[in-house]
Amino acid sequence: MDAFLIMAAFSGVGLSLATGPLGAFVVWRRMAYFGDAVAHAAILGVALSLGFSISILGGTLAVGLGVGVLASGLTERRHSMDAALGVLAHAGLALGLVALSFLRGVRVDLDAYLFGDILTIGPSRFAMIWGGALGVLALLVWRWSALVTATVSKEIAVSVGINPRHEQRVLTIALALVVAISLKVVGALLIGALLVIPAAAARSWSATPEAMAARASAIGALSCVLGVALSLATDAPTGPSIVTVAAAIFVLSLLVGQKRR
Amino acid sequence: MPLIRARDLALGYGRAPVLEHVDLTIEPGEIVTIVGPNGSGKSTLVRGLVGVIEPAAGVIERAPGLRIGYVPQKLALVETMPMTVARFLSIPRRRSAAEIDRVCAKVGASGLGSRQVLDLSGGQLQRVMLARALLSAPQLLLLDEPTQGLDQPGAASFYRLLAELRLETGAAVLLVSHDLHVVMSASDRVICLNGHICCQGTPEVVSAAPEYRALFGPGTGGALALYRHDHDHDRDHDHGHDHDHGHTRGDAPVPARARAPDSPPDLPPDSPTVRDGVN
Repeated sequence: MDAFLIMAAFSGVGLSLATGPLGAFVVWRRMAYFGDAVAHAAILGVALSLGFSISILGGTLAVGLGVGVLASGLTERRHSMDAALGVLAHAGLALGLVALSFLRGVRVDLDAYLFGDILTIGPSRFAMIWGGALGVLALLVWRWSALVTATVSKEIAVSVGINPRHEQRVLTIALALVVAISLKVVGALLIGALLVIPAAAARSWSATPEAMAARASAIGALSCVLGVALSLATDAPTGPSIVTVAAAIFVLSLLVGQKRR
Repeated sequence: MPLIRARDLALGYGRAPVLEHVDLTIEPGEIVTIVGPNGSGKSTLVRGLVGVIEPAAGVIERAPGLRIGYVPQKLALVETMPMTVARFLSIPRRRSAAEIDRVCAKVGASGLGSRQVLDLSGGQLQRVMLARALLSAPQLLLLDEPTQGLDQPGAASFYRLLAELRLETGAAVLLVSHDLHVVMSASDRVICLNGHICCQGTPEVVSAAPEYRALFGPGTGGALALYRHDHDHDRDHDHGHDHDHGHTRGDAPVPARARAPDSPPDLPPDSPTVRDGVN
């Protein structure tokens, strides 16, 4: 097997360390739309980075944080802000695509940003993905207890001196970081899938939040390895192949997992 | 030094406050019960004392380093989150198996450790939530309708449990309750709430107070009837705006939740004065 294939598969494994636990929170806190809003805005981040000649990582991170703060504000104000988040998610994507089309003289491989281009990942990006993923994992482990408490009950969190808004900010930062580092792996359109599907699949097999987060990471890593293999065998695009494998594992979990209510 | 003190507190969610002019002090070791009709602001008051909602006016003073054990009215655990009882008891801090066993035995929830929280019955969940609150060795327990879903013997034994815990740990207890029968014998102090504090004092004083009788009827034996009080009791309402705390219907007796166990569980379908879910 070629080195770049191994690099591709293992960059996905690294990313899964972060997307497992983060995806679990996305599922528990019903933040799927929120995640999409941050992920889609990455395209706008790419356009701005190219327009102002700054690093794409920095640009997507900044736009991701901005949209994350905006989306947090929206969800805080009212409990159900589904429609507003949906508008934000799609508007960010459309705005990014329009902005990209205005960039004259810049050739952009749009497919790579939308669907990922895991096979072009070189050593420096590989290191960045692992570094970023370990950083997000460390952040989540550090805040774990407070995050779980605030997710179980906002009221119980307040009663023991935890500020739920602060924990929401932690998740927003983690989400923006994951989007920025995973843009090249699965692309802006499928990051949400990599967060939600492994966590949802892990639910059926888990008795505690920690078990679910760990299993989500394992299922994500397995999906990346098998997805790269599938892509190699069928010549299908890699990002969608990874998500297809994850979705297949999810269906399997519904069939064989002993569902705990 | 009181554990917690509210001065001229107003609380609410939108523009119109649910509660106004609340002055309240909880001393160490006392059991205080809040009673009042649906929508009278009982849960709002507890949530305000916990700090979940910011006061619209007034101040809440807490003793420095006050440890609060809070049992919310409901636990809105999402179906997607797996959670065993043992893991739930380690919120927010990890507890040893020995600590978990001890507290479960204390509240009568032994053997539930490996069960999923979502699978518990209402009574079991109340006990588990109480156990979680107790693990932080609270100086003040705040319980929002901990006996809902329990029958009268169950509620009575829950009150005995609280009395034991108070003796054992010295914790003060503030709770919201509908079980007027048991409240009256098990509390040191009763606060009758209806948009403001109507009356408060020892159970004897409160049950004799005209404001209380206006809300809950004379309560002689059998079923207690909850009347909408149609008079304005002799309290100066010098706040200008018109806050309606249910003075609209005077004559329709509405059964309270605390009734003889054999009485039909349903409220009359034509009783628009009963508002559920407001608190």
